[in-house]
Amino acid sequence: MRLSLNSRLSAISALLPALLVMLVVYIGATSWTVWMSLTNSRMLPNNNFVGLRQYAMLFNNDRWITSVHNIVIYGVLLVSLALLIGFLLAVAIDQRVRAEDTIRSIFLYPYSMSFVVTGLVWQWLLNPTLGIQHVLRSWGFEGATFDWIVRPETAIYCLVIAGVWQASGLVMAIMLAGLRGIDDEIWKAARVDGLPKWRVYVSIIIPMMGASFATAAVLLSTAVVRLYDLSVAMTNGGPGIASEVPAKFVMDHLFERANIGLATAAATTMLITVIAVVAPYLYWRARRGEVR
Amino acid sequence: MAQPLPAARRPKRMTPARWGLYAFIFIAALYFLLPLYVMVVTSLKPMAEIRQGNLLALPAAPSIDAWVKAWTSACTGLTCQGIKIGFLNSLRILVPSVVISILIGSLTGYALSLWRVRGGNILFGAMMVVAFIPYQVFIYPLVRVFSFTGLGQSLLTIVIIHTIFGLPTMTLLFRNYFASLPVELFKAARVDGAGFYQIYARIMMPMATPMIVVAVILQTTGIWNDFILGLVFAGRDNLPMTVQLNNIVNSTQGERAYNVDMAATLLTALLPLVVYFGSGRWFVRGIAAGAVKG
Repeated sequence: MRLSLNSRLSAISALLPALLVMLVVYIGATSWTVWMSLTNSRMLPNNNFVGLRQYAMLFNNDRWITSVHNIVIYGVLLVSLALLIGFLLAVAIDQRVRAEDTIRSIFLYPYSMSFVVTGLVWQWLLNPTLGIQHVLRSWGFEGATFDWIVRPETAIYCLVIAGVWQASGLVMAIMLAGLRGIDDEIWKAARVDGLPKWRVYVSIIIPMMGASFATAAVLLSTAVVRLYDLSVAMTNGGPGIASEVPAKFVMDHLFERANIGLATAAATTMLITVIAVVAPYLYWRARRGEVR
Repeated sequence: MAQPLPAARRPKRMTPARWGLYAFIFIAALYFLLPLYVMVVTSLKPMAEIRQGNLLALPAAPSIDAWVKAWTSACTGLTCQGIKIGFLNSLRILVPSVVISILIGSLTGYALSLWRVRGGNILFGAMMVVAFIPYQVFIYPLVRVFSFTGLGQSLLTIVIIHTIFGLPTMTLLFRNYFASLPVELFKAARVDGAGFYQIYARIMMPMATPMIVVAVILQTTGIWNDFILGLVFAGRDNLPMTVQLNNIVNSTQGERAYNVDMAATLLTALLPLVVYFGSGRWFVRGIAAGAVKG
Protein backbone atom coordinates (compact mmCIF):
# COMPACT_ATOMS: atom_id res chain seq x y z
CA MET A 1 0.00 0.00 0.00
CA ARG A 2 1.34 3.42 -0.91
CA LEU A 3 1.57 5.76 1.97
CA SER A 4 0.58 9.39 1.83
CA LEU A 5 3.18 11.93 2.85
CA ASN A 6 1.18 12.61 5.98
CA SER A 7 1.16 9.03 7.23
CA ARG A 8 4.76 8.59 6.25
CA LEU A 9 5.66 11.54 8.46
CA SER A 10 3.53 10.13 11.27
CA ALA A 11 5.25 6.77 11.04
CA ILE A 12 8.65 8.42 11.09
CA SER A 13 7.68 10.55 14.08
CA ALA A 14 6.61 7.39 15.93
CA LEU A 15 9.95 5.78 15.20
CA LEU A 16 11.95 8.82 16.21
CA PRO A 17 12.42 7.81 19.87
CA ALA A 18 13.56 4.32 18.87
CA LEU A 19 15.88 5.71 16.22
CA LEU A 20 17.34 8.20 18.68
CA VAL A 21 17.85 5.53 21.33
CA MET A 22 19.50 3.27 18.79
CA LEU A 23 21.88 5.93 17.48
CA VAL A 24 22.67 7.86 20.66
CA VAL A 25 22.46 5.20 23.34
CA TYR A 26 23.22 1.89 21.79
CA ILE A 27 25.54 2.76 18.93
CA GLY A 28 26.88 5.97 20.46
CA ALA A 29 27.57 4.56 23.91
CA THR A 30 29.06 1.37 22.53
CA SER A 31 31.42 3.28 20.24
CA TRP A 32 32.44 5.54 23.10
CA THR A 33 33.11 2.57 25.35
CA VAL A 34 35.20 0.89 22.65
CA TRP A 35 37.08 4.15 22.03
CA MET A 36 37.80 4.67 25.75
CA SER A 37 39.22 1.16 25.89
CA LEU A 38 41.89 2.30 23.43
CA THR A 39 42.94 5.27 25.58
CA ASN A 40 44.76 5.53 28.89
CA SER A 41 41.74 7.03 30.70
CA ARG A 42 41.99 6.75 34.47
CA MET A 43 39.53 8.69 36.62
CA LEU A 44 38.11 10.70 33.73
CA PRO A 45 37.97 9.77 30.06
CA ASN A 46 40.74 11.23 27.90
CA ASN A 47 41.70 10.83 24.27
CA ASN A 48 45.29 9.63 24.57
CA PHE A 49 45.28 6.76 22.15
CA VAL A 50 47.37 3.84 23.41
CA GLY A 51 46.24 1.09 21.06
CA LEU A 52 45.59 -2.26 22.66
CA ARG A 53 47.69 -1.61 25.75
CA GLN A 54 44.65 -1.77 28.08
CA TYR A 55 43.80 -5.18 26.69
CA ALA A 56 47.32 -6.40 27.31
CA MET A 57 47.08 -5.11 30.89
CA LEU A 58 43.65 -6.65 31.26
CA PHE A 59 44.84 -10.11 30.39
CA ASN A 60 47.76 -9.72 32.77
CA ASN A 61 45.44 -8.72 35.59
CA ASP A 62 44.91 -11.48 38.17
CA ARG A 63 41.51 -10.24 39.13
CA TRP A 64 40.35 -10.31 35.51
CA ILE A 65 41.81 -13.76 34.92
CA THR A 66 40.00 -15.00 38.03
CA SER A 67 36.81 -13.36 36.76
CA VAL A 68 37.06 -15.03 33.37
CA HIS A 69 37.96 -18.34 34.96
CA ASN A 70 34.91 -18.03 37.24
CA ILE A 71 32.49 -17.07 34.51
CA VAL A 72 33.58 -20.07 32.44
CA ILE A 73 33.02 -22.44 35.37
CA TYR A 74 29.73 -20.77 36.24
CA GLY A 75 28.60 -20.64 32.61
CA VAL A 76 29.38 -24.23 31.70
CA LEU A 77 27.86 -25.61 34.90
CA LEU A 78 24.85 -23.32 34.97
CA VAL A 79 23.88 -23.90 31.35
CA SER A 80 24.36 -27.67 31.45
CA LEU A 81 22.75 -28.16 34.88
CA ALA A 82 19.81 -25.86 34.21
CA LEU A 83 19.20 -27.50 30.83
CA LEU A 84 19.40 -30.96 32.35
CA ILE A 85 17.26 -30.24 35.42
CA GLY A 86 14.80 -28.10 33.47
CA PHE A 87 14.37 -30.80 30.85
CA LEU A 88 13.93 -33.57 33.43
CA LEU A 89 11.35 -31.49 35.29
CA ALA A 90 9.46 -30.82 32.07
CA VAL A 91 9.50 -34.52 31.15
CA ALA A 92 8.28 -35.42 34.65
CA ILE A 93 5.44 -32.92 34.50
CA ASP A 94 4.55 -34.12 31.00
CA GLN A 95 3.69 -37.60 32.38
CA ARG A 96 0.15 -36.49 33.26
CA VAL A 97 0.98 -36.05 36.93
CA ARG A 98 -1.46 -34.91 39.57
CA ALA A 99 -1.56 -31.27 40.67
CA GLU A 100 0.37 -30.28 37.59
CA ASP A 101 -0.33 -26.56 37.98
CA THR A 102 0.91 -26.49 41.57
CA ILE A 103 4.08 -28.42 40.76
CA ARG A 104 4.84 -26.15 37.83
CA SER A 105 4.34 -23.07 39.98
CA ILE A 106 6.77 -24.43 42.57
CA PHE A 107 9.50 -24.98 39.99
CA LEU A 108 9.09 -21.62 38.32
CA TYR A 109 8.53 -19.21 41.21
CA PRO A 110 12.25 -18.55 41.88
CA TYR A 111 12.52 -17.08 38.39
CA SER A 112 10.19 -14.25 39.42
CA MET A 113 12.53 -13.20 42.21
CA SER A 114 15.53 -10.93 41.83
CA PHE A 115 19.14 -12.08 41.88
CA VAL A 116 19.64 -9.99 45.01
CA VAL A 117 16.97 -11.95 46.85
CA THR A 118 18.25 -15.24 45.42
CA GLY A 119 21.80 -14.41 46.42
CA LEU A 120 20.89 -13.44 49.98
CA VAL A 121 18.72 -16.50 50.56
CA TRP A 122 21.40 -18.89 49.42
CA GLN A 123 24.05 -16.98 51.34
CA TRP A 124 22.17 -17.91 54.51
CA LEU A 125 21.48 -21.49 53.54
CA LEU A 126 25.13 -22.09 52.70
CA ASN A 127 26.46 -20.22 55.71
CA PRO A 128 28.35 -22.92 57.69
CA THR A 129 27.48 -21.70 61.18
CA LEU A 130 23.72 -21.45 60.65
CA GLY A 131 22.83 -23.09 57.38
CA ILE A 132 22.77 -26.54 55.87
CA GLN A 133 26.04 -27.65 57.50
CA HIS A 134 24.66 -26.72 60.93
CA VAL A 135 21.44 -28.64 60.24
CA LEU A 136 23.33 -31.76 59.13
CA ARG A 137 25.47 -31.64 62.27
CA SER A 138 22.47 -31.17 64.53
CA TRP A 139 20.94 -34.25 62.92
CA GLY A 140 23.92 -36.23 64.16
CA PHE A 141 26.22 -36.08 61.16
CA GLU A 142 28.96 -34.55 63.32
CA GLY A 143 31.56 -34.56 60.60
CA ALA A 144 29.33 -33.08 57.91
CA THR A 145 31.07 -30.25 56.13
CA PHE A 146 29.40 -27.94 53.66
CA ASP A 147 31.40 -24.74 53.82
CA TRP A 148 31.89 -24.06 50.12
CA ILE A 149 30.90 -20.42 50.45
CA VAL A 150 33.77 -19.53 52.77
CA ARG A 151 36.42 -21.45 50.82
CA PRO A 152 38.04 -19.60 47.91
CA GLU A 153 38.33 -22.61 45.65
CA THR A 154 34.64 -23.53 45.94
CA ALA A 155 32.81 -20.22 46.38
CA ILE A 156 31.95 -20.00 42.68
CA TYR A 157 30.07 -23.31 42.90
CA CYS A 158 27.78 -21.73 45.46
CA LEU A 159 26.81 -19.16 42.85
CA VAL A 160 26.04 -22.08 40.52
CA ILE A 161 23.72 -23.67 43.11
CA ALA A 162 21.79 -20.42 43.50
CA GLY A 163 21.77 -19.72 39.76
CA VAL A 164 20.44 -23.18 38.94
CA TRP A 165 17.75 -22.76 41.59
CA GLN A 166 16.68 -19.48 40.00
CA ALA A 167 16.84 -20.48 36.33
CA SER A 168 15.79 -24.14 36.05
CA GLY A 169 12.11 -23.27 36.15
CA LEU A 170 12.53 -21.05 33.10
CA VAL A 171 14.08 -23.95 31.19
CA MET A 172 11.25 -26.16 32.39
CA ALA A 173 8.66 -23.73 31.01
CA ILE A 174 10.41 -23.54 27.63
CA MET A 175 10.85 -27.31 27.44
CA LEU A 176 7.29 -28.04 28.52
CA ALA A 177 6.01 -25.82 25.71
CA GLY A 178 8.28 -27.75 23.33
CA LEU A 179 7.11 -31.15 24.60
CA ARG A 180 3.47 -30.18 24.36
CA GLY A 181 4.08 -29.02 20.80
CA ILE A 182 5.14 -32.50 19.71
CA ASP A 183 2.54 -34.36 17.69
CA ASP A 184 0.85 -37.24 19.55
CA GLU A 185 1.18 -39.35 16.41
CA ILE A 186 4.89 -39.68 17.10
CA TRP A 187 4.17 -41.20 20.51
CA LYS A 188 1.62 -43.57 18.98
CA ALA A 189 4.02 -44.66 16.27
CA ALA A 190 6.77 -45.26 18.82
CA ARG A 191 4.40 -47.34 20.95
CA VAL A 192 3.44 -49.43 17.90
CA ASP A 193 7.13 -50.04 17.26
CA GLY A 194 7.49 -51.11 20.88
CA LEU A 195 10.17 -48.58 21.77
CA PRO A 196 10.70 -48.01 25.51
CA LYS A 197 9.81 -44.51 26.65
CA TRP A 198 13.32 -43.38 27.48
CA ARG A 199 14.47 -44.47 24.02
CA VAL A 200 11.78 -42.31 22.42
CA TYR A 201 12.98 -39.31 24.42
CA VAL A 202 16.64 -39.85 23.61
CA SER A 203 16.34 -40.78 19.94
CA ILE A 204 13.27 -38.87 18.78
CA ILE A 205 12.01 -36.20 21.15
CA ILE A 206 15.30 -34.53 22.13
CA PRO A 207 16.48 -34.20 18.51
CA MET A 208 13.08 -32.70 17.64
CA MET A 209 13.40 -30.12 20.39
CA GLY A 210 16.48 -28.42 19.00
CA ALA A 211 14.76 -25.04 18.92
CA SER A 212 13.72 -25.23 22.58
CA PHE A 213 17.22 -26.23 23.64
CA ALA A 214 18.78 -23.47 21.55
CA THR A 215 16.44 -20.81 22.95
CA ALA A 216 17.04 -21.91 26.52
CA ALA A 217 20.80 -22.17 26.03
CA VAL A 218 21.10 -18.70 24.50
CA LEU A 219 18.90 -17.19 27.22
CA LEU A 220 20.98 -18.79 29.92
CA SER A 221 24.30 -17.82 28.37
CA THR A 222 23.39 -14.18 27.98
CA ALA A 223 22.31 -14.19 31.62
CA VAL A 224 25.69 -15.73 32.46
CA VAL A 225 27.61 -12.88 30.85
CA ARG A 226 25.44 -10.36 32.77
CA LEU A 227 26.04 -12.11 36.08
CA TYR A 228 26.55 -9.34 38.62
CA ASP A 229 23.82 -9.00 41.26
CA LEU A 230 24.20 -12.57 42.41
CA SER A 231 27.91 -12.21 43.03
CA VAL A 232 27.43 -8.89 44.84
CA ALA A 233 24.59 -10.12 47.05
CA MET A 234 25.91 -13.58 47.78
CA THR A 235 29.64 -13.23 48.30
CA ASN A 236 30.54 -9.71 47.17
CA GLY A 237 33.18 -11.34 45.00
CA GLY A 238 34.80 -13.05 47.95
CA PRO A 239 36.33 -14.62 49.86
CA GLY A 240 39.11 -12.36 48.62
CA ILE A 241 38.58 -12.21 44.88
CA ALA A 242 37.50 -15.85 44.64
CA SER A 243 34.05 -15.26 43.17
CA GLU A 244 34.71 -12.15 41.08
CA VAL A 245 32.95 -12.05 37.70
CA PRO A 246 33.60 -9.89 34.60
CA ALA A 247 30.54 -7.66 35.01
CA LYS A 248 31.63 -6.88 38.55
CA PHE A 249 35.19 -6.24 37.42
CA VAL A 250 33.86 -3.59 35.02
CA MET A 251 31.65 -1.93 37.65
CA ASP A 252 34.38 -1.87 40.30
CA HIS A 253 36.96 -0.40 37.97
CA LEU A 254 34.55 2.21 36.60
CA PHE A 255 33.18 3.52 39.87
CA GLU A 256 35.53 2.58 42.69
CA ARG A 257 38.96 1.99 41.29
CA ALA A 258 38.85 4.84 38.74
CA ASN A 259 40.43 2.91 35.94
CA ILE A 260 38.12 3.65 33.04
CA GLY A 261 40.49 2.46 30.34
CA LEU A 262 40.84 -0.96 31.89
CA ALA A 263 37.11 -1.18 32.73
CA THR A 264 36.04 -0.32 29.18
CA ALA A 265 38.53 -2.81 27.76
CA ALA A 266 36.86 -5.44 29.93
CA ALA A 267 33.40 -4.26 28.85
CA THR A 268 34.45 -4.43 25.20
CA THR A 269 35.71 -7.96 25.70
CA MET A 270 32.29 -8.87 27.14
CA LEU A 271 30.61 -7.21 24.16
CA ILE A 272 32.63 -9.20 21.64
CA THR A 273 31.89 -12.44 23.49
CA VAL A 274 28.15 -11.79 23.53
CA ILE A 275 28.03 -10.85 19.85
CA ALA A 276 29.98 -13.98 18.97
CA VAL A 277 27.29 -16.06 20.71
CA VAL A 278 24.21 -14.12 19.75
CA ALA A 279 24.83 -13.16 16.11
CA PRO A 280 24.83 -16.74 14.76
CA TYR A 281 21.77 -17.53 16.87
CA LEU A 282 19.79 -14.53 15.61
CA TYR A 283 20.87 -15.31 12.05
CA TRP A 284 19.71 -18.88 12.49
CA ARG A 285 16.35 -17.73 13.88
CA ALA A 286 15.92 -15.22 11.09
CA ARG A 287 16.60 -17.94 8.51
CA ARG A 288 13.90 -20.05 10.13
CA GLY A 289 11.57 -17.09 9.83
CA GLU A 290 11.02 -16.49 13.53
CA VAL A 291 12.37 -12.98 13.60
CA ARG A 292 11.50 -11.36 10.34
CA MET B 1 0.76 -24.14 26.25
CA ALA B 2 -0.32 -26.84 28.72
CA GLN B 3 -3.70 -28.02 27.55
CA PRO B 4 -5.85 -29.51 30.31
CA LEU B 5 -5.78 -33.24 29.70
CA PRO B 6 -8.64 -35.67 29.96
CA ALA B 7 -8.39 -37.51 33.26
CA ALA B 8 -8.75 -40.85 31.48
CA ARG B 9 -5.25 -40.48 30.08
CA ARG B 10 -3.67 -40.44 33.49
CA PRO B 11 -2.51 -43.94 34.45
CA LYS B 12 -4.66 -45.27 37.27
CA ARG B 13 -2.38 -47.84 38.83
CA MET B 14 0.73 -46.75 40.72
CA THR B 15 3.51 -48.71 39.05
CA PRO B 16 7.10 -48.58 40.42
CA ALA B 17 7.90 -46.17 37.61
CA ARG B 18 5.14 -43.85 38.78
CA TRP B 19 6.47 -44.02 42.33
CA GLY B 20 9.89 -43.08 41.03
CA LEU B 21 8.42 -40.21 39.06
CA TYR B 22 6.60 -38.80 42.07
CA ALA B 23 9.68 -39.28 44.24
CA PHE B 24 11.73 -37.25 41.75
CA ILE B 25 9.12 -34.49 41.64
CA PHE B 26 8.87 -34.47 45.43
CA ILE B 27 12.64 -34.12 45.93
CA ALA B 28 12.85 -31.43 43.27
CA ALA B 29 9.98 -29.56 44.92
CA LEU B 30 11.81 -29.68 48.26
CA TYR B 31 14.89 -28.09 46.67
CA PHE B 32 12.81 -25.32 45.14
CA LEU B 33 10.75 -24.67 48.27
CA LEU B 34 13.55 -24.91 50.84
CA PRO B 35 14.75 -21.29 50.58
CA LEU B 36 11.25 -19.86 50.81
CA TYR B 37 10.46 -22.04 53.81
CA VAL B 38 13.68 -21.07 55.57
CA MET B 39 13.03 -17.38 54.93
CA VAL B 40 9.50 -17.54 56.33
CA VAL B 41 10.30 -19.53 59.50
CA THR B 42 13.46 -17.56 60.26
CA SER B 43 11.69 -14.24 59.88
CA LEU B 44 9.23 -15.36 62.57
CA LYS B 45 11.86 -16.42 65.13
CA PRO B 46 13.59 -14.28 67.76
CA MET B 47 17.39 -14.08 67.47
CA ALA B 48 18.04 -16.36 70.48
CA GLU B 49 16.12 -19.13 68.81
CA ILE B 50 17.99 -18.65 65.54
CA ARG B 51 21.39 -18.80 67.26
CA GLN B 52 20.75 -22.06 69.08
CA GLY B 53 18.12 -23.69 66.99
CA ASN B 54 17.82 -25.50 63.73
CA LEU B 55 17.39 -23.62 60.49
CA LEU B 56 14.55 -25.93 59.49
CA ALA B 57 12.69 -25.99 62.80
CA LEU B 58 9.38 -24.21 63.08
CA PRO B 59 9.44 -21.14 65.32
CA ALA B 60 8.72 -22.03 68.98
CA ALA B 61 7.16 -18.66 69.66
CA PRO B 62 6.32 -17.02 66.34
CA SER B 63 6.37 -13.24 66.31
CA ILE B 64 6.17 -10.59 63.62
CA ASP B 65 8.58 -8.25 65.42
CA ALA B 66 11.24 -8.81 62.79
CA TRP B 67 8.81 -7.87 60.04
CA VAL B 68 7.89 -4.65 61.81
CA LYS B 69 11.55 -3.83 62.36
CA ALA B 70 12.47 -4.64 58.75
CA TRP B 71 9.70 -2.41 57.46
CA THR B 72 10.15 0.56 59.79
CA SER B 73 13.59 0.73 61.39
CA ALA B 74 16.24 -1.46 59.75
CA CYS B 75 19.36 0.46 58.77
CA THR B 76 20.04 0.85 55.06
CA GLY B 77 23.52 2.29 55.18
CA LEU B 78 23.21 5.80 56.60
CA THR B 79 19.59 5.96 57.66
CA CYS B 80 17.51 3.62 59.79
CA GLN B 81 14.01 3.98 58.48
CA GLY B 82 13.50 0.45 57.27
CA ILE B 83 12.89 -1.09 53.90
CA LYS B 84 9.68 0.88 53.41
CA ILE B 85 11.73 3.76 51.94
CA GLY B 86 13.05 1.40 49.29
CA PHE B 87 9.59 0.00 48.71
CA LEU B 88 8.20 3.47 48.04
CA ASN B 89 11.18 4.34 45.83
CA SER B 90 10.70 1.15 43.83
CA LEU B 91 7.03 2.02 43.33
CA ARG B 92 7.86 5.55 42.23
CA ILE B 93 10.35 4.15 39.72
CA LEU B 94 8.12 1.29 38.64
CA VAL B 95 4.87 3.00 37.70
CA PRO B 96 6.13 5.65 35.26
CA SER B 97 8.77 3.30 33.84
CA VAL B 98 6.21 0.61 33.03
CA VAL B 99 3.71 3.04 31.50
CA ILE B 100 6.21 4.97 29.40
CA SER B 101 8.19 1.97 28.20
CA ILE B 102 4.99 0.20 27.08
CA LEU B 103 3.72 3.34 25.33
CA ILE B 104 6.91 3.89 23.37
CA GLY B 105 7.53 0.20 22.75
CA SER B 106 4.02 -0.44 21.45
CA LEU B 107 4.17 2.62 19.19
CA THR B 108 7.52 1.49 17.79
CA GLY B 109 6.27 -2.07 17.30
CA TYR B 110 3.14 -0.75 15.59
CA ALA B 111 5.10 1.47 13.21
CA LEU B 112 7.49 -1.36 12.38
CA SER B 113 4.84 -4.02 11.81
CA LEU B 114 2.06 -2.36 9.83
CA TRP B 115 3.77 0.55 8.16
CA ARG B 116 6.48 0.05 5.67
CA VAL B 117 9.08 2.50 6.77
CA ARG B 118 12.34 2.50 4.89
CA GLY B 119 15.09 1.03 7.01
CA GLY B 120 12.55 -0.35 9.48
CA ASN B 121 13.92 -3.86 9.25
CA ILE B 122 17.46 -2.71 9.88
CA LEU B 123 16.34 -0.76 12.94
CA PHE B 124 14.44 -3.78 14.22
CA GLY B 125 17.30 -6.21 13.58
CA ALA B 126 19.73 -3.92 15.37
CA MET B 127 17.41 -3.69 18.37
CA MET B 128 17.27 -7.45 18.62
CA VAL B 129 21.05 -7.59 18.78
CA VAL B 130 21.44 -4.87 21.42
CA ALA B 131 18.83 -6.55 23.62
CA PHE B 132 21.49 -9.12 24.49
CA ILE B 133 24.38 -6.76 25.22
CA PRO B 134 25.32 -6.44 28.90
CA TYR B 135 24.59 -3.08 30.54
CA GLN B 136 28.25 -2.65 31.42
CA VAL B 137 28.94 -1.72 27.81
CA PHE B 138 26.60 1.30 27.96
CA ILE B 139 26.74 2.36 31.56
CA TYR B 140 29.68 4.75 31.73
CA PRO B 141 28.85 6.81 28.61
CA LEU B 142 25.25 7.09 29.87
CA VAL B 143 26.42 8.30 33.28
CA ARG B 144 28.48 10.99 31.54
CA VAL B 145 25.62 12.00 29.23
CA PHE B 146 23.16 12.31 32.10
CA SER B 147 25.54 14.32 34.23
CA PHE B 148 26.23 16.56 31.23
CA THR B 149 22.53 17.21 30.67
CA GLY B 150 22.16 18.15 34.34
CA LEU B 151 19.72 15.32 35.11
CA GLY B 152 22.42 13.41 36.92
CA GLN B 153 21.09 10.68 39.15
CA SER B 154 17.38 11.23 39.62
CA LEU B 155 13.96 9.69 39.37
CA LEU B 156 13.61 11.01 35.83
CA THR B 157 16.96 9.53 34.86
CA ILE B 158 16.14 6.05 36.10
CA VAL B 159 12.73 6.16 34.37
CA ILE B 160 14.40 7.14 31.09
CA ILE B 161 16.97 4.37 31.57
CA HIS B 162 14.32 1.71 32.15
CA THR B 163 12.45 2.95 29.09
CA ILE B 164 15.60 2.75 26.97
CA PHE B 165 16.52 -0.75 28.07
CA GLY B 166 12.92 -1.97 27.87
CA LEU B 167 12.51 -0.71 24.32
CA PRO B 168 13.89 -3.73 22.37
CA THR B 169 11.75 -6.30 24.20
CA MET B 170 8.63 -4.16 24.16
CA THR B 171 9.10 -3.46 20.46
CA LEU B 172 9.52 -7.15 19.70
CA LEU B 173 6.47 -8.06 21.74
CA PHE B 174 4.14 -5.59 20.06
CA ARG B 175 5.60 -5.89 16.59
CA ASN B 176 5.04 -9.63 16.50
CA TYR B 177 1.55 -9.24 17.94
CA PHE B 178 0.45 -6.58 15.46
CA ALA B 179 1.96 -8.55 12.60
CA SER B 180 -0.21 -11.53 13.61
CA LEU B 181 -3.48 -9.57 13.38
CA PRO B 182 -5.49 -9.83 10.13
CA VAL B 183 -4.18 -7.16 7.79
CA GLU B 184 -7.71 -6.50 6.45
CA LEU B 185 -8.49 -4.77 9.70
CA PHE B 186 -5.72 -2.32 9.12
CA LYS B 187 -6.62 -1.85 5.44
CA ALA B 188 -10.26 -1.20 6.23
CA ALA B 189 -9.31 1.48 8.73
CA ARG B 190 -7.04 3.05 6.12
CA VAL B 191 -9.83 3.05 3.54
CA ASP B 192 -12.11 4.74 6.05
CA GLY B 193 -9.54 7.49 6.22
CA ALA B 194 -8.06 6.86 9.66
CA GLY B 195 -4.58 8.21 10.12
CA PHE B 196 -1.48 6.69 11.71
CA TYR B 197 -2.14 7.67 15.30
CA GLN B 198 -5.92 7.18 15.02
CA ILE B 199 -5.46 3.54 14.01
CA TYR B 200 -2.96 3.08 16.85
CA ALA B 201 -5.14 4.58 19.55
CA ARG B 202 -8.61 3.47 18.46
CA ILE B 203 -8.00 0.07 16.89
CA MET B 204 -4.62 -1.43 17.59
CA MET B 205 -4.11 -0.67 21.29
CA PRO B 206 -7.63 -1.81 22.29
CA MET B 207 -7.00 -5.03 20.35
CA ALA B 208 -3.61 -5.47 21.99
CA THR B 209 -4.98 -5.87 25.54
CA PRO B 210 -3.55 -9.41 25.96
CA MET B 211 -0.12 -8.19 24.91
CA ILE B 212 -0.39 -5.18 27.20
CA VAL B 213 -1.02 -7.53 30.11
CA VAL B 214 2.03 -9.59 29.18
CA ALA B 215 4.11 -6.44 28.78
CA VAL B 216 3.02 -5.10 32.18
CA ILE B 217 3.99 -8.39 33.87
CA LEU B 218 7.32 -8.54 32.09
CA GLN B 219 8.25 -4.92 32.79
CA THR B 220 6.94 -4.93 36.36
CA THR B 221 8.97 -7.95 37.44
CA GLY B 222 12.00 -6.85 35.42
CA ILE B 223 12.08 -3.29 36.76
CA TRP B 224 11.27 -4.28 40.35
CA ASN B 225 14.05 -6.86 40.33
CA ASP B 226 16.63 -4.53 38.76
CA PHE B 227 19.67 -3.81 40.87
CA ILE B 228 22.47 -2.44 38.74
CA LEU B 229 20.55 0.32 36.91
CA GLY B 230 18.97 1.57 40.12
CA LEU B 231 22.34 1.54 41.84
CA VAL B 232 23.98 3.64 39.13
CA PHE B 233 21.21 5.96 37.90
CA ALA B 234 18.59 6.45 40.61
CA GLY B 235 20.64 8.53 43.03
CA ARG B 236 20.90 8.23 46.79
CA ASP B 237 17.38 9.50 47.48
CA ASN B 238 15.67 7.12 45.08
CA LEU B 239 17.50 3.84 45.57
CA PRO B 240 15.18 0.95 44.74
CA MET B 241 14.30 -1.75 47.22
CA THR B 242 16.79 -4.29 45.87
CA VAL B 243 19.71 -1.93 46.50
CA GLN B 244 18.51 -1.00 49.98
CA LEU B 245 17.98 -4.63 50.84
CA ASN B 246 21.54 -5.44 49.86
CA ASN B 247 22.70 -2.50 52.01
CA ILE B 248 20.69 -3.71 55.00
CA VAL B 249 22.03 -7.23 54.79
CA ASN B 250 25.57 -6.85 53.57
CA SER B 251 26.77 -3.76 55.38
CA THR B 252 25.49 -4.34 58.89
CA GLN B 253 28.02 -3.99 61.66
CA GLY B 254 28.14 -6.42 64.54
CA GLU B 255 25.84 -9.36 64.87
CA ARG B 256 23.50 -9.84 61.99
CA ALA B 257 19.80 -9.86 62.71
CA TYR B 258 18.91 -12.78 60.50
CA ASN B 259 15.22 -12.57 61.27
CA VAL B 260 15.07 -8.92 60.23
CA ASP B 261 17.20 -9.62 57.15
CA MET B 262 14.91 -12.41 56.04
CA ALA B 263 11.77 -10.39 56.66
CA ALA B 264 13.25 -7.58 54.55
CA THR B 265 14.13 -10.07 51.82
CA LEU B 266 10.62 -11.49 51.80
CA LEU B 267 9.18 -7.99 51.62
CA THR B 268 11.38 -7.30 48.59
CA ALA B 269 10.30 -10.52 46.90
CA LEU B 270 6.64 -9.94 47.69
CA LEU B 271 5.59 -7.92 44.66
CA PRO B 272 7.14 -10.23 42.05
CA LEU B 273 5.70 -13.22 43.87
CA VAL B 274 2.24 -11.67 43.93
CA VAL B 275 2.53 -10.85 40.23
CA TYR B 276 3.73 -14.37 39.53
CA PHE B 277 1.09 -16.25 41.47
CA GLY B 278 -1.62 -13.77 40.50
CA SER B 279 -0.99 -13.88 36.78
CA GLY B 280 -0.48 -17.62 36.34
CA ARG B 281 0.06 -18.54 32.72
CA TRP B 282 0.35 -14.92 31.68
CA PHE B 283 3.74 -14.88 33.38
CA VAL B 284 4.89 -17.84 31.29
CA ARG B 285 3.65 -16.10 28.16
CA GLY B 286 5.54 -13.04 29.27
CA ILE B 287 8.86 -14.76 29.72
CA ALA B 288 8.36 -16.70 26.50
CA ALA B 289 7.64 -13.45 24.67
CA GLY B 290 10.47 -11.63 26.37
CA ALA B 291 12.71 -14.60 25.78
CA VAL B 292 14.89 -12.63 23.45
CA LYS B 293 16.02 -10.32 26.22
CA GLY B 294 17.32 -12.80 28.75
